[in-house]
Amino acid sequence: MIRFIERHPAWALILLIAVAVLLWLILAVWPPGLEEAIGRKRVFLNALFNGITLGSLYFLVASGFTLIFGLMRNVNLAHGSLYLFGGYIGYAISAWTGSWILGFIIAFFGVALVGIVLQIAVFRRMEGQDLRQTMVTIGLSIVFADLMLWAFGGDFYQIQTPSWLVGPIELPLVTAIKSSGEAVYLRYPLVRLVILVAAIVIGIAMWLALNRTRVGMMVRAGVDDRDMLAATGVPIQLVFVAVFALGAGLAGIAGVVGGTFQSLSPGEDTRFLLASLVVVIVGGMGSIPGAALGAVIIGLAEQLGSVYIPTYAIVVTFLIMVLVLALRPQGLLARR
Amino acid sequence: MSLLQGAHPQTSQPAKLRAALLAWPEFNKPAVWLVAVILLIMPFIANGFFLIEIFATTLILGTVALSLMFLAGYGGMVSLMQLTVAGFAAYMVAVFGMSANTNISLGWPWWLATPMALILATAFGTLGGALAVRTEGIYTIMITLAIGAAFYYFTNQNWPIFGGHTGINTIATPRFWGIDWRSDIPFYYVTLGVAAFCYFAVQYVSRAPFGLALQGVRDNPRRMAALGFNVNAHRVAAYAFAAFIAALGGILQVWNYRQISPGSVSVGACIDILIIAVVGGITRPIGPFIGAFIFVILRTFALDLLVKFGLDGNRFRLLIGLGFLAIVFWSSDGVIGLWERWRRGAAAVDKRAGGGHGHG
Repeated sequence: MIRFIERHPAWALILLIAVAVLLWLILAVWPPGLEEAIGRKRVFLNALFNGITLGSLYFLVASGFTLIFGLMRNVNLAHGSLYLFGGYIGYAISAWTGSWILGFIIAFFGVALVGIVLQIAVFRRMEGQDLRQTMVTIGLSIVFADLMLWAFGGDFYQIQTPSWLVGPIELPLVTAIKSSGEAVYLRYPLVRLVILVAAIVIGIAMWLALNRTRVGMMVRAGVDDRDMLAATGVPIQLVFVAVFALGAGLAGIAGVVGGTFQSLSPGEDTRFLLASLVVVIVGGMGSIPGAALGAVIIGLAEQLGSVYIPTYAIVVTFLIMVLVLALRPQGLLARR
Repeated sequence: MSLLQGAHPQTSQPAKLRAALLAWPEFNKPAVWLVAVILLIMPFIANGFFLIEIFATTLILGTVALSLMFLAGYGGMVSLMQLTVAGFAAYMVAVFGMSANTNISLGWPWWLATPMALILATAFGTLGGALAVRTEGIYTIMITLAIGAAFYYFTNQNWPIFGGHTGINTIATPRFWGIDWRSDIPFYYVTLGVAAFCYFAVQYVSRAPFGLALQGVRDNPRRMAALGFNVNAHRVAAYAFAAFIAALGGILQVWNYRQISPGSVSVGACIDILIIAVVGGITRPIGPFIGAFIFVILRTFALDLLVKFGLDGNRFRLLIGLGFLAIVFWSSDGVIGLWERWRRGAAAVDKRAGGGHGHG
């Protein structure tokens, strides 16, 4: 932090001002002039929170994608299919047993199993051939998409939110003052906040696992230099399988989350594949903190964009990607 | 000596011509002449459905895939946005030309709208390429796929220019010299002419100094940089050339269907172009056309075929995906590679059969 300020004083100042403005926008009661200029504070806060919670969903998808890419140099373009598959599993299980949590668990293990099979049966055979692996993932995504269309049809599915998470809660953030002087507080769906917290917990757990455990050490070493790690006698194929399983499982969990606060349908796989691509391009390939930063940026850009400039919202996301590629092609938080 | 020198220009005139002709490997194979003649007399063999739905569509998809083949085969850059460039050109034809959506289309005549679309689409592809060459190798796929997907979602949500998810309909096609160029036979010859032009342009460029330098950049960028070549400029120029070809294909496509909507530039369609190029083979310009032919035949007849075998006719994409996987698994060079391997195998068998008496 201090080193960053010493190195880039101008950027640090800009960031500080931006954070201060953001905090003021969130905490203060907006003066009437501002409300006239850019709309009501409630709309802004809702877009902001939606952006952050969408970012947490993007993080769940993209962290697996970036982990697999970082360690195995495998651009898994079937990652969106794994997401959608997880969502369908979660839907089927929660509709069958009525348990939302059980849906999560089975989706994680089910999709992780698919990941293990893919890594052992397919990707191990073509290690080091980046392009061929990517082509295979493209072929797999087509096959998966069609199989899922076959099994589930073209309908929209939504996973039932469990009863203890239904409904909004009041947050201690004032959106407006009524003429009687009474403060109006922001009401926000509880389930989205729970998912945000869960994503943060998963993110921290992953960071701890990568930075504080022996397996994490192996994974980090593998990201830096795979061949040297193999030469030191680490069972690298086992590490690969474990990482692929974890990445796929995270995509499966994300599918259940996405199915709960959005919906599942054919085409969602592409949407989340695009999201993870942009997130890791912005954040930096192979970096978990990069995926978190990128996910929040893209989630916010998408939600704020769709509120304030509806027909050009996707352009904002895209411009962010272009800017990052122009200024820092390796991504915001990548080391190389 | 002097006599010889004096005689040289006279004898070399036809010789030069012959040498120039022989430099094109296409011209000294009878099979190639046969295919060319068949393509030329196709309207007298095939009826309207086959002419447009099979052959013209093959040529159009092949042209777009050819631009990907050029980038991937000679430049080593697998770009998934070639269909997006083609779709952009198609949209520009619709926006500048005449269509049923009068509040979007500017109503320019076709001879103004078409060059405009070509220029804008080439610029679009070049800019995308300039973005993609910021990183290397496998990242190219990710960035170009992101560009393609972003364009798809953009056309879906933008109403003022791109007409939202309904797109732009009933686009006017050129009509001059008393000919409606969209009627079956003239349109077939237009697509054949454009496809042939693109094919020979790619052949020519691949052997011109620029193409050779590009192949050098593909094989060893650091060495080419050390030799004084501007690596990134070559790559961006390759994107520009490929974008021009893709734009030509896109314009033909919009004239063919007379409408354009986000579905035509979807991610699935972008990937179809990759499949076409890979299945045909990305080492030679003929590959994409072979791939496109297989793809179009499958797309048109898979339904009937699957139903005939008692399977669900809607599983066409499953078939395409599995076929693509099989090609990627067993032949890195698509159908061309399979064909060459088979021929080499046959030649080896011949040799063994001819010279192998002693082995018993």
